[in-house]
Amino acid sequence: MELFDLPLIWAFIIGFGIIMYVLMDGFDLGVGILFPFAPNEEARDTMMNSVAPVWDGNETWLVLGGAGLLAAFPMVYSIFLPALYIGVFLLLAGLIFRGVAFEFRFKARTSRYLWNWAFAGGSTVASFAQGAVVGAYIQGFETANGVYVGGALDWLTPFTVLTGLGMLAGYALLGSTWLIMKTEGYLQQWAYKITLPLLLAVLVVFGIIGVWTPFVDEMVRERWFSNLSIIWILPVLTLLCAIQIYRSVRDRKDGMPFVATMGLFITTYLGLVVSRWPYVVPPEYTLWEAASAYESQLFLLLGLLFVIPIVLVYTAWTYWVFRGKVRAGEGYH
Amino acid sequence: MELDPLILSRIQFAFVVSFHAIFPVFTIGLASYIAVLEGLAFKTENPLWVKLSAFWTKVFAVVFGMGVVSGIVMSFQFGTNWSNFAQASANFLGPILSYEVVTAFFLEAAFLGVLLFGRDKVPAGVHLFAAIMVATGTFISSFWILSANSWMQTPAGTELRDGVFYVTSWSEAIFNPSFPYRFAHMALASFLTGGFVVAGVSAWYLLLGREVEANKKALSMCLWLLLFIAPAQAVLGDFHGLNTLEHQPTKVAAMEGNWETSRNVPLLLFAIPDQENQRNLYEVGIPSLASFILTHEWDGEVPGVSAVPVDEQPPVAIVFWSFRVMVGIGLLMIAFAVTGLVLRAGGRYWRTSWFLQGMRFMSIAPFFAVLTGWFVTEVGRAPWLVYGQMTQAEALTPSLTGGMALFTLIGYIVVYALVFSAGVYYLMRVLYVGLEDRDEDEHEAERPKRPFSAAHVPFEIDEDEHHGKPASQGGH
Repeated sequence: MELFDLPLIWAFIIGFGIIMYVLMDGFDLGVGILFPFAPNEEARDTMMNSVAPVWDGNETWLVLGGAGLLAAFPMVYSIFLPALYIGVFLLLAGLIFRGVAFEFRFKARTSRYLWNWAFAGGSTVASFAQGAVVGAYIQGFETANGVYVGGALDWLTPFTVLTGLGMLAGYALLGSTWLIMKTEGYLQQWAYKITLPLLLAVLVVFGIIGVWTPFVDEMVRERWFSNLSIIWILPVLTLLCAIQIYRSVRDRKDGMPFVATMGLFITTYLGLVVSRWPYVVPPEYTLWEAASAYESQLFLLLGLLFVIPIVLVYTAWTYWVFRGKVRAGEGYH
Repeated sequence: MELDPLILSRIQFAFVVSFHAIFPVFTIGLASYIAVLEGLAFKTENPLWVKLSAFWTKVFAVVFGMGVVSGIVMSFQFGTNWSNFAQASANFLGPILSYEVVTAFFLEAAFLGVLLFGRDKVPAGVHLFAAIMVATGTFISSFWILSANSWMQTPAGTELRDGVFYVTSWSEAIFNPSFPYRFAHMALASFLTGGFVVAGVSAWYLLLGREVEANKKALSMCLWLLLFIAPAQAVLGDFHGLNTLEHQPTKVAAMEGNWETSRNVPLLLFAIPDQENQRNLYEVGIPSLASFILTHEWDGEVPGVSAVPVDEQPPVAIVFWSFRVMVGIGLLMIAFAVTGLVLRAGGRYWRTSWFLQGMRFMSIAPFFAVLTGWFVTEVGRAPWLVYGQMTQAEALTPSLTGGMALFTLIGYIVVYALVFSAGVYYLMRVLYVGLEDRDEDEHEAERPKRPFSAAHVPFEIDEDEHHGKPASQGGH
């Protein structure tokens, strides 16, 4: 009856959207996390300038993610958000504070330090909350008849705190390697200096998460350990990316650390996806059960095929306009 | 005391959506105004248009920024507090809201940067194009969101099966019965808001004798616009009301404060609705006028609130009084627009100080009209969320407790109070600096490409700063 397996197509689209968001907003959130540790105020100006032209476009993908989930997998939308109620509020409050910090910091003088903290604090809280969401997804949700029935703070466990910290470290690494690519001089040297300790932190936290995850849920354990499958290539690739980051930082290559960090994120993300596939609301519901009506998925898909390419052209154009190194006190040309 | 998550969620939604709504309603109108100014600048090469456009673009940047931040919250409210509604209506609302993001939000984000920072970096034609695209984006955005809202008021093209809405006709659902009226009413409201704000600020500058030539032009343009759209809005509002009478008679009954379905119903100027006893206290009205307005016959029949059971009635007093405030402000707008025409005959509109003072105060009036108008339509739908098909109580998130709802309600109030008082303060600074001196443009490159940053005004007022002289660079 149905020509295509639309839920599957939509799972790829949403999955793609999520990793796009994580990579793109990840580096500008990471710059915010690193903000308080910057060498000086001038460096902070440059750091902020390096992400200012693109951060709001990046966050529009989050809004699209929310609306897209509602359209394609309403059950995910209507279980995750109630289950993560307090966490979602913290995420939004964080994003609001860091968003207006971009706007107000450059106008402020005596109150500038307040906007520094709003930017750093907002970025940190939002990043931690996103990591906790990932952890909560691995943990699974208490549901009955497609509705969340757990408590307000069920999501907050030692495991999700760890995934929250993992996301903080990961975004900070994306931020520092972004700065290596986009800045020069003493700021770039500082970014080089902090990248290896950050890499170490990421590997330690990701490593603990990786060892812990199979024990959180039996299904994940079986998927990884029942027989030695092809998916073990993913952690191997993650490790190769980490080695590549180390080598490119050692050899002072400007662009490679950022690219390799993106690779590290992508392989980790894929590892996460295969752990739970095809469950989108673990442990109960698969992507086919969580899907919206066929006509609705089709109606939106047809439009997106036309519109998204145009959107990608705008986005690429914006990055092109602001290409190259950001220099202190110079900004954009 | 038991905390009721339903009432707390309703308060929360009313709070965050009211706060959000005032920003886009202004930017939609202002974006079109800027596009017109850019068009005039492009065509005539008169520097006055560039000056006006540059100034209003700064104001636009600040207000648009606040609209964006408060808008992100809105896209998650359905899921956090109204998850049953989200689950039930996703087949229609999901695609509609997604289309809003991809056809409007990205368009605005991309071209806003060019509009704000590209004047000297792209050809004049491209800059004008960017202004038009931003204005277009704001309209596309309101098209989708008003379609979604209108569907909740007058659902069509869908059928409810096992608690989930399925779309049977996309065109009937998108262009549902109340959508054309609501969209047109809101579009004019945006023009009125933009028009009165620009007129009011220009009037204030004229009172201070600042940049008289440019502000006179701006005031004149706005008065012409308002002269046509203020009365047009009244006519359109009447059509919208008749549409509501057809599809949501109880809402109209509440607007009129009419309890029993009857003929020769008076238009009430004053009354205190007493919901408990299903009657009004202290009525003052004009005989038969409500019948005439609604049916165009003096003895026409007007529906009554009591025709539906008490538990299906909206809170009449809120609807009744919100409607009166909205209409009152609307009449005041018409009066000011006509007064402007009368004063124009003698060429006095730009130097009659009582008129300018009046226009100055009218600049905030449209916001109250818009909010009360939305109170009428949203509260008047209660207790329904999707009219006649799903109640607010059914829509609530099942796992939500009163404590959780209270926590985030207080949280949003605190966050918004902090962020938006800073924003409004900053907006005042932009207005204070005004149109004069575009010296700082040469430093534009140092500014990040961000809405607020287009307005080169430091956050604090300088001790040594004087009228019209912009403060020096913040922090560089």
